[in-house]
Order: sequence, then C-alpha cells, then structure tokens
Amino acid sequence: MDTSRRDFLIIGTRMFVMTSVAAAALEHVVAGAPEKAPSYNTADHWWAMTIDIEKCVGSGHCVRACKLENNVPDEPYFFRTWVERYHVDPLDMDHPTVDSPNGGIDGFPETYPDGKTSGKTFFVPKLCNHCADSPCTQVCPVGATFRTNDGVVLIDKSYCLGCRYCVQACPYGCRYIDPRTNTADKCTLCYHRLTKGLQPACCETCPTGARQIADLKNPKDPVHEFLRTHQIQILKPQMATGAKVYYNGLDGSVR
Amino acid sequence: MRFKDVEHLVRLAALFVAGLLVFTVARAELVPAGFGTLGHYRAGAIDDVRAKTPEYAGQQACAECHVDVVELRAKARHKGIACESCHGPLGKHAADPGQMTPRLPKPARPLCAHCHAANTGKSKRYPTVDLKEHAGDEDCLTCHTPHNPKLS
Repeated sequence: MDTSRRDFLIIGTRMFVMTSVAAAALEHVVAGAPEKAPSYNTADHWWAMTIDIEKCVGSGHCVRACKLENNVPDEPYFFRTWVERYHVDPLDMDHPTVDSPNGGIDGFPETYPDGKTSGKTFFVPKLCNHCADSPCTQVCPVGATFRTNDGVVLIDKSYCLGCRYCVQACPYGCRYIDPRTNTADKCTLCYHRLTKGLQPACCETCPTGARQIADLKNPKDPVHEFLRTHQIQILKPQMATGAKVYYNGLDGSVR
Repeated sequence: MRFKDVEHLVRLAALFVAGLLVFTVARAELVPAGFGTLGHYRAGAIDDVRAKTPEYAGQQACAECHVDVVELRAKARHKGIACESCHGPLGKHAADPGQMTPRLPKPARPLCAHCHAANTGKSKRYPTVDLKEHAGDEDCLTCHTPHNPKLS
C-alpha cells in the first residue's frame, strides 16, 4: 500500500510539532535558574551620563581616575574615557582642529604650536555612550558583549574571542583590545561602583561637575531638570544608536 | 494504518533521535551556564564585572571621618570638588586607615596647573593664571591654602 497524501501530512505534522516541543523543553533544561543580584535591582535603573561642555576645563582628572580605577593600560592608545580639544576657525567651521595629547591625561598645552588665536576652543570628554541600540553588541558573534537591563553595555571577558568586530563597529571609537588579555575592553560606566551606590570614578573626580551620572528611571535625579532646561545633543544622532551620553553646549562641528 | 516500507520511517526516526542526542550533548558542553537567561549573553558576566573592588572610596566615605576639612571647605570655592580628585584613589585608606596613608600632592603646582593654567578652551569666568608670569617658580601652597584657595 502506498502512503496516501493524508497519511503523509498527518505524520509530517506530528514530527514537526514534536520537534518544536522537544526544542522548547530543551531550552528550559539547559538554561538553568537565573542568577540573583542581591540588593540591586536592574529593573529600577536606566543609566546615562550628562556632560556639560561649558563646564569642562580639560583638566584630565577623569582620564587619570578612569585609568587608576579600572586598571587601564598606561600606553597612550588605551582609554575608556578621554578628552578632546576642538579648535574651530571662523573661516573654516566645517574642519575643526582636534587634539588630544595622551587622551588629555595631563591636561592640555596652554597654546597651540602654530599660534591659533582666532576662533573658539572647547573640550569634549568622550566615553562609551552606552547605547540603547548599540552596534557593538549587535555584531558580536558569540554574545560576549551585551546591554544589561539597566542600560549599561558590558563585556564578558571570559567569553570574548578578541575578534575585534566590536572595535570596528563602535562609531565613537570607544573600544580597544586589551593587550594583556587580548580581549575587547571599554568603559563599564564603573558598573562595579554604580551597583554599590557610588558614582563612576570620572564623575567622582571631575572638579567642575561637568560630568554627571544620571539614572533616568529615578524621578528624583537632577538629570530630569538638566535635560529640561538645557540644549542637549548626543554624538552622531544620525547613527540611531540610542546613545545615552547627553552633551550640553555641544558644538555642531564635533564629530 | 500500515505502511509497506515502515523500516524507512524507523531508520529516519533513529537518525533523528541520534541527531537530537548529539545536539543536546554538544549544546550542554559548549554553552556556558546562565547563557540566555537574561538575554543573548552569560548572566554570570554581570557578576564578574561587579566583583571588582572600587579604588576610589567616594566623597561620603571621606566626609565620615574628616569632618574638620569638610567644614573648612564648606564656604570655600573648592567645596564642590571631591577629596580624591586631588588626593588620589583612597579606597584602601577608607577600608583601613592604618593600611595606607594618603600622599599629599606636593609640590602642588603641577596639580593646580591641571585646572588653573590659562587655556583658550576654558571659560572666561573660570579662574586661570599664566604659569609663566604667575609667582615665578614659587609653589602655589606658599600663598594659597588648597582647601580654601582664595587669598584674603
């Protein structure tokens, strides 16, 4: 007897349903119990940072504090945060001169070597923008970098392959490969401090209060007043990364 | 229901079960514990990041003991600056004052210069000095006290 079309369809459907059920059941068996985070609930926070360009004096306190707090390599090309100095010439506003000697760790020279006198100069501290829709986490082939439920982009150093995809994907240049471990590294927003109730080292040591950590889910956080009363911009809004470092007084020439 | 060639289906089923078994074993071996519980990552990675001990103790820890300095600075222009901005990371000192003594930033001139050296990038309202002209080679502390720097 040949298999009728009816029988074939019935058996086919049964096999399909049983495979899906088995896969779903397996998912539960393999996943295990979620790990508990005592006294800190990720659902209660949504972290961001505000940077007031008008207050920044380029002292480099944040850069030094970050390197000390997070044991960032000393070499002048590994930074979790750094400060850039922009000089905009009124005759060529589209092409600002940007310098960042050793990330601004020792401050900035008083004058430019070629004696720029006209135009305007200002400092732009930079760090990981902890994007809500970060490109870096999307390109990771193994799930070694991710955004937590409280809005911080972190790296699983024990799981990172060091493939450098994320370093290239970040439009803000915030990632580097740690030469000691050969894995990706970047700002964690001092997650080990945040979850203990401390502010990040850069905000702690900023002498002018230009950098402020902000919890957007906390209705009492002064950030809400700041966002309401200032002209806020993010870096590269056209990239739709959902960047959460909010700049006040950011010049249009800043890339 | 009876098939003429039922052994074909048995073979297919055996192959399917074997494949499922290989998949189950391989997945259990390769996927780390906690992967996928919170998202497409290992949940334990969050605890790995959190496990680090802070180097900077935070202003509150300083103010708990050093009440005199807090009072001294309360009316001074440096009142908004955290102690560890100038004194460096002192988490170890806060945990056990005997274990580590804070190093005073002396000579102070390089430290003061970080913030107060003249620079076109700084706001006009912000107090700066031209290091080449201001006070020669004299250390800042000769005239200014760091916790209340304004000269009376």
